[in-house]
This record gives sequence, C-alpha cells and structure tokens, in this order.
Amino acid sequence: MLKQVHFGSSWLPYALLTPQLLIIAVFFMWPAAQSIYQSFLIEDAFGLSSEFVYFENYQLLFEDKLYFETFYRTIFFSSMVAGLSLLSALVLAGMADQVIKGALLYRTMLIWPYAVAPAIAGTLWVFMFDPTLGILSYFLDSFGWDWNHKLNGNEAMALVIMAATWKQISYNFLFFLAAMQAIPKTLIEAAAIDGAGPLYRFWTIIFPLITPTTFFLLVVNIVYAFFETFGIIHVVTAGGPAKATEILVYKAYSDGFIGLDLGSSAAQSTILMLMVTIITVIQFRYIERKVDY
Amino acid sequence: MGAENGERVDKIARGFNASQNQYKIVPTYKGNYTDTMTAAVAAFRARKQPHLVQVFEVGTATMMAAKGAIYPLEALMTDANEPFDKSIYLPGVISYYQTPNGELLSMPFNSSTPVLWYNKDAFKHAGIQNPPSTWNEVNAAAKKLLASGMKCGFSFGWQSWVMIENYSAWHNQAIGTRENGFAGIDAELTFNNKAVKERIQSIADSQADNTFVYGGREDSSLPLFTSGECGMWMSSSANTAALKSQAKFDFGQTMLPLDENVAASPQNSIIGGATLWVLRGHSKASYRGIAKFITYLSTAELQAWWHQETGYVPITKNAAELSRAQGYYDRNPGNDTAVKQLGLNTPTINSRGLRFGNYVQIRAVINEELEAIWAGSKTASEGLDDAVRRGNKLLRRFERAN
Repeated sequence: MLKQVHFGSSWLPYALLTPQLLIIAVFFMWPAAQSIYQSFLIEDAFGLSSEFVYFENYQLLFEDKLYFETFYRTIFFSSMVAGLSLLSALVLAGMADQVIKGALLYRTMLIWPYAVAPAIAGTLWVFMFDPTLGILSYFLDSFGWDWNHKLNGNEAMALVIMAATWKQISYNFLFFLAAMQAIPKTLIEAAAIDGAGPLYRFWTIIFPLITPTTFFLLVVNIVYAFFETFGIIHVVTAGGPAKATEILVYKAYSDGFIGLDLGSSAAQSTILMLMVTIITVIQFRYIERKVDY
Repeated sequence: MGAENGERVDKIARGFNASQNQYKIVPTYKGNYTDTMTAAVAAFRARKQPHLVQVFEVGTATMMAAKGAIYPLEALMTDANEPFDKSIYLPGVISYYQTPNGELLSMPFNSSTPVLWYNKDAFKHAGIQNPPSTWNEVNAAAKKLLASGMKCGFSFGWQSWVMIENYSAWHNQAIGTRENGFAGIDAELTFNNKAVKERIQSIADSQADNTFVYGGREDSSLPLFTSGECGMWMSSSANTAALKSQAKFDFGQTMLPLDENVAASPQNSIIGGATLWVLRGHSKASYRGIAKFITYLSTAELQAWWHQETGYVPITKNAAELSRAQGYYDRNPGNDTAVKQLGLNTPTINSRGLRFGNYVQIRAVINEELEAIWAGSKTASEGLDDAVRRGNKLLRRFERAN
C-alpha cells in the first residue's frame, strides 16, 4: 500500500489563517451579528430603554411605500453608475491600448481621479454645478438651461451619477487596460493582416478575451455603487431634494445616525447585507459559468 | 461649532481656564449639530461621554426623554452649591428648555431667531423706501427688485424652522397638539392648516417670475443673497458675521413679514440654536467645575460680547442691557431685531416653541415635502398633508421607544 503523504501537525494551516479569520470576525462577523440583533429592538437613542419586538422593524419598512421607492432608485442609480463607468472605461482603455506616443502621460492622467477621496470628489462636483456660483451651471445658463440640482430631482440624480461614475472610471480603466495588454499581440496582428479593422478586432478578439475582467469589474462596480458612493451623495445632495438621490445605504445612515432610530437602521442594513449576498451568489453561480476564462 | 464661531468658543474656554486654576475646560469640535449629537449619543453608549454637549433645539425632546443620561441643569447647580438665579435669563429663550413645571434642563448657549435680511443698496436702486413688514409688501418689493434688474426677489434658509415653525408662532397658530408637544409625547402635528397651506402655495406659485427662488436646505441659500441675486433672505439673525465677511453691499435686518389675513399683529418668533446639556457619569468634583463654567457663561460681559460678535441673542437681561449701554444698537441699528421679535408679546402655548420627539427626522420629512412643493410635483395642500402624516408616524414611533 502506498504510504499516505503526511505532515506532522494539522495546526499550521489554521495558524496561518488565524490573522485573516480574526480580522473577518472582528470587522465583519461581530458588527453584522450586532446589527442583526439590533434590528429586532426598538430602542431610544441613548440605549436606556429597549424592547424586543421581533420583526416589527422589518414589517414597518415593508409597509412603507417610500422604502420601496428607495429600492427602485438604488437599482436605477447602481445600474447607471456601473454601466456608464464600465462603458466609458472600456472605450478609454481600448483607445489607450493603441496609443504609442505619450501613452504614459495619458494613462497617468486617467488614473488620477481614483486617488481622490469620495468626499473631495463630491465637493469638486458641487462647486462646478452650484446653481449660483458654479462654473458649469453658469455655462449651462448661457444656453438657457437653468441648472438647479437643489430643486430638480432629475438633475440631482444626474449629478450624483456623473460624480460617482467619474470616480470609478479610473479603477475600471486600469483593469481593462491590463487585461488588454495581456492579450498576445500576435492575435491582433494576425487579424489585422487578414484585413479586420480596429473596431472589428475589438469586438471579435479583444472583448471576448477580457470577459473575465469585465465580469469581475461588474461585481466590484455594483458593490461600489451600492455602498461606496455614500461619500459622494452625502456631500453633493445629502439624499435630496425630496429624497430624489436617497439610495438604500444613505437611508440606513440618515435614519440611524441623524434620526437616531437604530432599530430601523439596523433592519435596513441587514436587508442590504442580504441583497449583496444574493447578488454576489447569483453572479458567481450562474453568470460565471457563461464567462469564457 | 466650527469656523469663526468655533474660534470664539475656544476663546471662551481659554477665558474660563485663565479665570481660575482649579478646573480646565477642553472644547472639542465634532462637526455640525447632527454630527455632534450623534457623537455624544455614541460616546454615552460607550461610557465615554463628555461632561457637556451642545445640542440643537430640535434635539431637546430626545435629550429630555433620556432621563438616566442627562444631569438637569438646575439639579447640577444645587448639588454643586453654586448660586443660580433663573430669573436673569430671557423668558423667550429658556421657555424652550424648561419642563412643564418650569425646571430648566440645559444651559442656553447660542440662540437665534429668523429675521428678514435685505439688501439696502438693491432696495435703494429699486426705489423701495421701507423694508417690508407684511407678505404683500414682501411680494411688492420683490416685483420692484425684479423690475430693477435683479434675478430673484427673496429666498430663505432653514425652511422648516422659518416657514413652518416660526410662521406658525408668528401668527399664533399651533404647530401640533398638546401645546406643541410641551404637555406630553402623545402630541400630533397639525401645521397642515389653511394659513400655512395658502402661504406655501402662494410662495410656490411666485416661483414663476422668480419672486421666490429656492436655494436648498439649511443655509445653502446664503450665496443667493450674498451674490446679489436675491434682494431679501429670511434666515437666522446669527448670520451677522457671515454676511459681514461675504456681502459686498450694505444690508439690514427687519422683522419677519406678517400675513394680514391670518393675524392682525405678530405674536412672537421662536428661537433656534443650541443649548449645553450636562451628561451624567463623571465625578462630583468635576461637576463643580461645570457649575462654575455655567456661571461664567452667564456673566453679562461674556454674553454681551458673544451677542455682538455673532448675532446670537443675549440670553440674559443684563447682557441685553449692557449691549444697549455700550451703544451697540446705536452703532448697528436693526441688530436688536431678534431680541425685539422674541420679546414682542408674552409667548402663548402656540409661540413658546415646540417639543416633538424624533424631530430631527421630522424636519427632514418637512424638507423633503417642501422640496416636492417647490419642484411642483405636489401642491402645498398635498405636500403638507403628507408631511404631517409622515411626521405623526415618527412621533408614534418615538412614543413607543420611550
């Protein structure tokens, strides 16, 4: 009989994993558990009196028409941000891939916005589009467009989508460009010799070969749009006007941290957590199979 | 408090620390009002609460309900054997922060009230003699300003505070039941009455020719006034410092306009701003220091300085008199508007203030519904009914939690 290969102790793999597991436990498991527990309570702000109410916080949310509106708004916002930022990054990367002179400068400039913190990015856009002081709203005014995102919900939505997209393009660009440059030049040259134009080459060779990256970016972008856009929305519109830019994560924040209604806020966070889990599972189980690695 | 007023707070702390050598006050800036309150609540839950926290007026009901967390001001002064005379404070200021039996719970620190700011140069240019005192005159002045080439007649900041809460108090109309919430937490909102609806609708309609232009929540409409676009702006009297540094024209302040169909004469306006709450859980000795600091804050010299520098109202009668004696109002005519408005008449149950739970959220609801009205997606009647309905839901939830 063949002797089984055997390492003396089985503690080593666990020891090596411990730091990571600890981090997950402390920064994810524990707060998540806290939030689930909190979502079953109705409590005053200071935590002096609390009552266990089972699913009442959830029930109230699902009875609230406004909560569903926030839901649809989040889906619209996220698909716009993910879609637009992926598309523009793809176009830019496709072009940057062909640039020969000054490529480095071009790329550096495109990656720059990623280094800008969300709150600062938001402030930049607020300044440019301020209805009274903004340079771009002044410009629009000369075309007879009276830009006022403080009052017009659609303009406010457009503004946060622009700001959030702008911020994410660099990240996507970086991944797309790396993926494109990993494609062997011979493939492209062969196609070029056979007479395929740049656009045709892109659709038939480059795009299929970068699908794994596209898929990865899609997941990252949706998570980005769901959560990380908080800073931008907070600075640009604070969810207004009239809730026009309030997405789920912003509502959880404003109910919890401004309204001090921790029970409802915790219930909303739990729902968000579930949603993201479901989205990720669906993407990896079903969509991943169709991706050509 | 941040910016210019934050520096003044530091100055007050330095002044107190230098005035004696037993205690040391360390001021910490935690962001705007809501950030500060959230930070204090979180700190309390983690048992790391500060001795004193500045909480804005709409957080009063939440603080009051937290009986185990707060140290009522009067109890603190008694326990620390620090002499304390409530009668030196202006009634219009402290009534907002008293229990139904008159016990003062927190130390009014910065209080202001909304006034009508107007651009004197623009008024002169448009040929308007006197600042308006009624809504009809506001509209007429706005039309003249527009005719003289201005882009907008008027705007306002803090719309819930100015246009709902103060509008109601000014015309002696109830904002809610149970004496605007002072008599119990089972109160309901009732500001969706005919007077408010008609005024809001008329303002919304007057956007057609830019008589009114909406400039955003809180004070984000300030640039509309300072840039010279709008000739009138209703907001806190505590904008003195900001206007002085930003407006490149001569400006003045006058009382809020009156709706003559609603009331024959104005009642009184209500305050906004913040008070200092003492939190429990510290040593007895340190609370003696806090008591000394409260006494220091109430001195006439300090209050008069604070009032003149910031435009917040003086909280004691002595400070108001001292400011007058120092000739402040002679040098700055109009700067006593806020004090006059607050003391115009003895406050009624409708004009004493308001005390509703979850009011931070309710103000957000009011902001949202007003924005829907300004944007034209709802009529004033629909928007205000919705605001009251949603607000009452939040009130019931507050009742549940406390």
